[in-house]
Amino acid sequence: MARAYLKVDHVTKCFSRNGVTSEVLKNVDLAIARGQFVSIIGHSGCGKSTLLNLVAGLTGVTQGAILLEDREVNSPGPDRAIVFQNHSLLPWLTVYGNVRLAVDKVFRGRKSRAERHQWTMHNLELVQMTHAKDKQPSEISGGMKQRVGIARALAMEPKVLLLDEPFGALDALTRAHLQDSVMRIHASLKNTVIMITHDVDEAVLLSDRIVMMTNGPSARIGDVLDVALKRPRQRLQLATDETYIHTRESVLKFLYERHRFVEAA
Amino acid sequence: MSITGSQQDAAAAQDEVELERALSAESLGDAPMAGRVPLIELPIVRSMFRSARRNLVPPLITFVLILIAWQILCSRPGATLPSPTVVWSEAGDLIKHPFFNNGPQDIGLGWRVMVSVQRVMVGFGFAAVAGVLLGTLVGQSVWAMRGLDPIFQVLRTVPPLAWLPLALAAFRDSNPSAIFVIFITSIWPIIINTAVGVRNIPQDYRNVAKVLRLNPFEFFTKIMVPSAAPYIFTGLRIGIGLAWLAIVAAEMLTGGVGIGFFIWDAWNSSRLPDIIVALGYIGVTGFVLDRLVGAIGTFITRGTVAN
Repeated sequence: MARAYLKVDHVTKCFSRNGVTSEVLKNVDLAIARGQFVSIIGHSGCGKSTLLNLVAGLTGVTQGAILLEDREVNSPGPDRAIVFQNHSLLPWLTVYGNVRLAVDKVFRGRKSRAERHQWTMHNLELVQMTHAKDKQPSEISGGMKQRVGIARALAMEPKVLLLDEPFGALDALTRAHLQDSVMRIHASLKNTVIMITHDVDEAVLLSDRIVMMTNGPSARIGDVLDVALKRPRQRLQLATDETYIHTRESVLKFLYERHRFVEAA
Repeated sequence: MSITGSQQDAAAAQDEVELERALSAESLGDAPMAGRVPLIELPIVRSMFRSARRNLVPPLITFVLILIAWQILCSRPGATLPSPTVVWSEAGDLIKHPFFNNGPQDIGLGWRVMVSVQRVMVGFGFAAVAGVLLGTLVGQSVWAMRGLDPIFQVLRTVPPLAWLPLALAAFRDSNPSAIFVIFITSIWPIIINTAVGVRNIPQDYRNVAKVLRLNPFEFFTKIMVPSAAPYIFTGLRIGIGLAWLAIVAAEMLTGGVGIGFFIWDAWNSSRLPDIIVALGYIGVTGFVLDRLVGAIGTFITRGTVAN
């Protein structure tokens, strides 16, 4: 594997509340190459969102370090843009305004006003949302909001794009549609992506590697699986593909045999 | 809710347009163009008339009933207060001519209300700015909240007029004192509501701001104010109501040409009908101020409804 672009270096994360310390992640070690699409999968409460927040810099590590291009990450920034699970668009801005806010902040001084407009529109085009650019977030559907969230994150030209269960709240059809969009965008931009998910099919379809977490507390990486499927991938053809079926089975076995979520009944 | 309401109204108006067109085609025969212009306007006028009837008729009826009851009660021999007819005959000029000007102390009630509104606006304007800033501080910082909140909670219960002697001593002039009383009366609900609004900014918006690395000023203008705007306007609306309550009392004591002093003056010269008319002016003005702040709030916060 190529030299690590993003490195999660023996990270442990503890939360303290009222003098009680609980260890959420223990000794998580992960290296991600540039342009890779990595999914992190695990049962609820296994700390996968915590791991994403650590990479985003929204929370600090207790032990270890996170390195992006060999530089330590300890605060949030636009080089690690997040698509939030619940889209987190600002309701008082239009679709355009939400993306433009990010563009203005990240590219002020580097792009002219006209270029920033162009760039905003370009990113809305990427997610096919130019038709609704003047709508308020409350006027568009959940899938569309998530598209705008993706456009906003892409517009920051992040080194790593972080997706926090981006399609979790969507219906199956919309979800498939958005997964295709993400694949298309990843194919054309070749960006580095970390996606949190609990959907096995989604993980296999989109990822180059799947990181499987054991159950918390003190969750660690149980196994890392390479997905040896050629791109571009077609949802329909994959349904009968040997490698796909095998990969899917491995992930399911990990989640439901080796690391069953005991509390869930 | 209001959106669907207006859509229904629009749909109803649309139906009526169709109906009128059908009718016009029948009755006007070969001159449809001539009849079309007023016929398109007519349903709109009619629906306005209908909503006016719905909203104005009930209050008019109750108003007339109250006048009748008042007339009966105050026409008895030995009644201490003037009846509506007496008010009309003795102070009708104040109602009919709100903006006369016969020299420095003899001006219409419209002018007096304007003077009071101006005072309220100055005091309230200071309170709005200071209240939003202090509220932001209290909402953002746990330490500021622990330190300031108990003080605010005690001070906000102090009646407006209790501040007046201190203000007079400090400013040595009646006008700034009255403005100070307005300020100190209306600032508390603004502070408290702004603080609640700021504390309720969703963590998601804060995360967005962190990822974008917004500086504190950008965070204040782009996230905090719009997100807390509904709360801020609730505070402003309560604040302007309190300010208007306090101005009359403050002016009674400080003098000048405001509506409050007019009432005090009328009492001293036993012109009870004038006082009753002034009460009407005060009530209507307070109502208009309240609705004005409410309307501005609705306009500004139209995008911030949770989605």
